[in-house]
Amino acid sequence: MNELLEIDDLVVRFRVVGMTKALLKGIRDPFIDAVLNVSFDVKEGETFGLVGESGSGKTTLGRAIIGLAPTKSGSIKFKGVELTTLGDGAFKQYRRNIAMMFQDPVASLSPRLTVRSLLAEPFKIHNMRDRDLDAEARRLLEMVGLNDSFFGRYPHELSGGQARRVGVARALSLEPKLIIADEPTAGLDVSVQGEVLNLLARLQSKLGLSYLIITHNLPVIRHVSDRIAIMYLGRFVEYGRTEEIFRHAAHPYTRALISAVPQPDPDLRREIVKLVGEIPSLANRPSGCEFHTRCPFARTECRESIPAQREIAPGHGHRCHFPLPEPEADAA
Amino acid sequence: MPAQLSEAIAAPTGMTGAQRERAAKLRRFLGDPLGVFGFVLVLLIVLSAIFAHVLTPYEPAAIDVKVRLAEPSFEHWVGTDQLGRDVLTRVLYGGRIALEVAAICISVSLAGGLVLGMLAGYGPRWLDSTLILIFDAVRSFPTIMFALAVVTLVGPSLETIELVIIVTSIPGYARIVRTQTLSLKTNEFILAERALGANMARVLGVHVMPNIIGPLMILASMDVPVVVTIEAGLSFLGLGVRPPTPSWGSILNDGYAFIRNTPWLVIAGGVPLIITTLGFTFLGEALRDIFDPKLRRAT
Repeated sequence: MNELLEIDDLVVRFRVVGMTKALLKGIRDPFIDAVLNVSFDVKEGETFGLVGESGSGKTTLGRAIIGLAPTKSGSIKFKGVELTTLGDGAFKQYRRNIAMMFQDPVASLSPRLTVRSLLAEPFKIHNMRDRDLDAEARRLLEMVGLNDSFFGRYPHELSGGQARRVGVARALSLEPKLIIADEPTAGLDVSVQGEVLNLLARLQSKLGLSYLIITHNLPVIRHVSDRIAIMYLGRFVEYGRTEEIFRHAAHPYTRALISAVPQPDPDLRREIVKLVGEIPSLANRPSGCEFHTRCPFARTECRESIPAQREIAPGHGHRCHFPLPEPEADAA
Repeated sequence: MPAQLSEAIAAPTGMTGAQRERAAKLRRFLGDPLGVFGFVLVLLIVLSAIFAHVLTPYEPAAIDVKVRLAEPSFEHWVGTDQLGRDVLTRVLYGGRIALEVAAICISVSLAGGLVLGMLAGYGPRWLDSTLILIFDAVRSFPTIMFALAVVTLVGPSLETIELVIIVTSIPGYARIVRTQTLSLKTNEFILAERALGANMARVLGVHVMPNIIGPLMILASMDVPVVVTIEAGLSFLGLGVRPPTPSWGSILNDGYAFIRNTPWLVIAGGVPLIITTLGFTFLGEALRDIFDPKLRRAT
């Protein structure tokens, strides 16, 4: 498979204190790095999952790829073309190849536009007015399992599932190669979540799409992703093939996330890794391994030195001084 | 509100959601007696100004020295002034001036405030700071003092008043638009449009403006009496429209000299100001109650 999207050593930095204020108060570091030294790639036709708590930088990473967050350094390549140094005009053409779906299905639709206008927007933005916009809108709605009886509806007149389908239709409108889906199942009933995921899977096999799915929902990501990466404070702490990660999570954080997923079988014997406290502030990164403040296995070394990225199997890497051993076979 | 009227409006069959919502808003408006009263007053003022030439046989500037300061009678319903001009005629034509000034000033400052406010809210930080500084500088002058200074410099005329009112009201609108734009610009639907590649003009014109124009129109309707009062006030001081053009302010000024013997002059100049203020304020408040969901009463 060919790499569609390649990200190398990406840093997204935000200024949190104004320039004058920083000078006056002598604040030496007025920045936070929401994404820090992240490298990965998404192959054609693949689904890549980004997992992490709120504030781990996964949404920011997604936004940086589509140009909505400022990249400080590093590279984002789409089909071998560097995006971070492109001018606005050239970047606009690449936007057609990458679509983004936002978290809230209803709030990500412009509230004063009807469904028809919402679906015509992408064509108008890209000066494709010569197309039959009604026909395009109808075609897009049919692709997501709706029909033109929705043309006159406003976003607040749609259910969450319907609004999500309209969002998918909008994302598909410019025939992108990659769709970045930020929490595609958030705020939906479980049955509707299933419908949306099946729709995404069907569209993927039909159109050969790649997905970058951003979520904190592990069961969902396990179901849909080929590979996943776990983010903590803007860094990848572990990445690898989905089944490999769920079989043998080497990083204690990954282990904790997986053990926190409720299991339907109450008798199932399983190892529990408990985390204490909240995710630390990005403005105040802990020393050494940034996870040591919450890690149940932390030792002195963790407080002092930053763990390097190591691969324990081809394509399966982690950042931990003391990776956990493979669990016994029956503990899955 | 009569029951059959509410049923007629409520007719639920064959309406889309948007129509139903519009019908519900109309029903709520008709259920607010003060709002309806305000609407009737506004209608009265507007129609009497538009049809001034039909409603009265006299010319507003026609002098008739034989009937100077005449008392109200069948020929002159509100009497005549010191030059024998029919006061009712002057009040009706004065309404034209007042509403013309209000319409011009409010539409221009609304448009200006909308553009500047959206630019300040959506544009870069330095532009925002610069515009805010200018708005605050302009707003720090009391309107009347600012008007006095400008009139002294360029001479009194209707255009001068309009210019002063426009310049001093733009910051008010712009500040509200800026705040609304700031709170909208981080919304997901704006990010979604930007992710599709929409430029600033498209984001502001198609996605921001429709969401802030409603409350702004209500503000504008409540601003009408303010503008009318400023025009009347400046004309009263002799800084506004030039005689013999009738204005409610100049009618008040004419009547002021004869207040002991002929009080109807002052009353005639004052009553339309009161009606305009009440009408637009009641109407604006009723509209705000309907369109601002946070202030909406539970039904």
